[in-house]
Amino acid sequence: MANLDDDAQPEEAGESLPEPEGASEVIETDYEIGQDNITPKIGPFGLDIHNPVFVVSGLVVVAFVIITLAFQDTVGPALGAMRGYLTSTFDWFLIMAGNIFVLVCLGILVSPLGKIRIGGAEATPDYSYAGWFAMLFAAGMGIGLMFFGVLEPAYYFGTPWGDQPLSRDIGIVDGALMDPATVEAARLTAMAATIYHWGLHPWAIYAVVALSLALFAYNKGLPLTVRSIFYPIFGEKIWGWRGHVIDIMAVFATLFGLATSLGFGAQQASAGIGYVFGIEGINDTVTFSVVLIAIITGLALISVLRGLDGGVKVLSEINMVLAIILMVFVILVGPTMTLVSQFFGNMGAYFSEIFALSNPVGRDDDGYRQGWTAFYWAWWISWSPFVGMFIARVSRGRSVREFITCVLLIPTIVSAIWMTAFGGTAIDQLINQVTDSAVYGFVIETYVPELSLFGMLSELPFAAITSVIGIVLVIVFFVTSSDSGSLVIDTITAGGKINAPVSQRVFWVIFEGLVAATLLLGGGLVALQAASVSTGLPFAIVLLLACYALIKGLMSEPR
Amino acid sequence: MYRKVIFPVDMAHIERLTKALQTATDLARHYQAELCFVGVTSTVPGPVGHTPAEYEARLNQFAQEHATNGLKTSAKACVSHDPAIDTDKTLLQAIRDLGGDLVIMQTHAPNVLDYIWAGHGDTIAAHSEASVFLVR
Repeated sequence: MANLDDDAQPEEAGESLPEPEGASEVIETDYEIGQDNITPKIGPFGLDIHNPVFVVSGLVVVAFVIITLAFQDTVGPALGAMRGYLTSTFDWFLIMAGNIFVLVCLGILVSPLGKIRIGGAEATPDYSYAGWFAMLFAAGMGIGLMFFGVLEPAYYFGTPWGDQPLSRDIGIVDGALMDPATVEAARLTAMAATIYHWGLHPWAIYAVVALSLALFAYNKGLPLTVRSIFYPIFGEKIWGWRGHVIDIMAVFATLFGLATSLGFGAQQASAGIGYVFGIEGINDTVTFSVVLIAIITGLALISVLRGLDGGVKVLSEINMVLAIILMVFVILVGPTMTLVSQFFGNMGAYFSEIFALSNPVGRDDDGYRQGWTAFYWAWWISWSPFVGMFIARVSRGRSVREFITCVLLIPTIVSAIWMTAFGGTAIDQLINQVTDSAVYGFVIETYVPELSLFGMLSELPFAAITSVIGIVLVIVFFVTSSDSGSLVIDTITAGGKINAPVSQRVFWVIFEGLVAATLLLGGGLVALQAASVSTGLPFAIVLLLACYALIKGLMSEPR
Repeated sequence: MYRKVIFPVDMAHIERLTKALQTATDLARHYQAELCFVGVTSTVPGPVGHTPAEYEARLNQFAQEHATNGLKTSAKACVSHDPAIDTDKTLLQAIRDLGGDLVIMQTHAPNVLDYIWAGHGDTIAAHSEASVFLVR
């Protein structure tokens, strides 16, 4: 039935098959979705899994968990060294790849290709704008915005470790505020450098993956899995080992990218609980974080069993409402007018500094470029199969132009507003209270990144309430990511089938929690970051090829 | 006694439905009832169809093939965002919307897992207002 040419296989198709909701260029292939799947029964559980992809990814993940737990003391430093090596050696490559993704997206946006509709010319959207946007935002950044919203701008503003972006002057040196002109310049650089990490570049990475997946599944009729993107390059060979390798890499990238975020989330939530409820030393060990991961994985399990519409969508909308409440609160009780006027200044600074910041060579700000930018890019890339597939799944019926506007431009503006609200308030506290501010204590004096958000909130009114909202948000974002991540990994490891038995999603949701917990035990946040960098880097090469396949695929669509 | 018999069909596993399908066609003929095949699909390409429209066409064709000896058949394709979870809910809604008064469906022999996760047939039988005939 996979062959849509009814003349070639009349006995299978029987009658002429209808066009997929208006004109689209379906790829004719003899590959049947699910043909390589095996359906073993383990006890009462029936499975429906892609043979090499599920088996290899499953075994490697189980082995990884066991080995890391057995050699906790050696794995941590090894991973830490690897992170340093990869980001300092390949920083130029990652930064360059990021620029290419942005250019590809902007190019498609303004070209006639933007008229193409995902799902065929007459397809109608499956979700409303609000539901769609909530889901893509919760999947795309979620926990990260909570963790880095205060941390990153404050860090660049006053870092005593020489990590300032573009090697500019910083606003606070040895606990003393610089002159107003330097402070203002340092503030603008800090905001531009932060928005750079949360703006066009990450969303362009997601947009490339999501658009490619959506195009090849909804318009070309190929299975919803990463290998389908490469059909224009490899042709039918994509159903063989090349495809297996791509899919397995996507599974690892997703799993470790997700584990990084889950690790950040768990550390932040447990630190926040300790801070708000005055429990001393809760974060001296990772024990409480691991307990928290277990509880949250349990919640994710419930969400998984409620499905896409009853689980992820509802959670994403809750997130959206809570996040807006928190942000509006910070803007209103913080320095409101300052923030409003700063927003436009920050956007201006972002666009004027973006060329300097995204220049891959000939810079001497190693701490920023390698330690932050290269890490972020690898992290976003390792997240991209997950976010991309998730966005693809909920984006049917949107035109390409609408899609890129909503996945690239609007999230960039929302991220900039968020960073202005949280980072701007934090820097304002630094400027007004200098060493007396809690943010100074957690970000500059000693580096306790997971408490930076709560430090900023503690200086605003109703700190107890807002901090609790902050903790709840981290946890709900965590549950959402864990749920949607298992949905995605399950689809990839089931060869693009989305109605595989739910027990498989349960397996992945549990192992995501286990990987996050294991990495925390075997080296903490450094290990998490190393894992996502080392899976993100090879996947960057895959994504560059995907850009070519995407453009080729779009060109062949009727316009 | 029955006017509309609903037969939920898993188009990917038609070969496993023989006994239930025979029961449904026989009963529908006996009561001169309409036999309506209901299938659940997703928007994502699957083994049965690349698009919901293609799936619907196959389901319609399947229904027509069974319209023999004066049996009146129809088909209803339901689109679910997440059929792995929402199939039961979608089927129950379709049974209500179509006004079915008898549901005949294939189910598996009960096993230990049914204590935790009921099969589709069990859930439909427990929640549908129509009469439900489960064929083991």
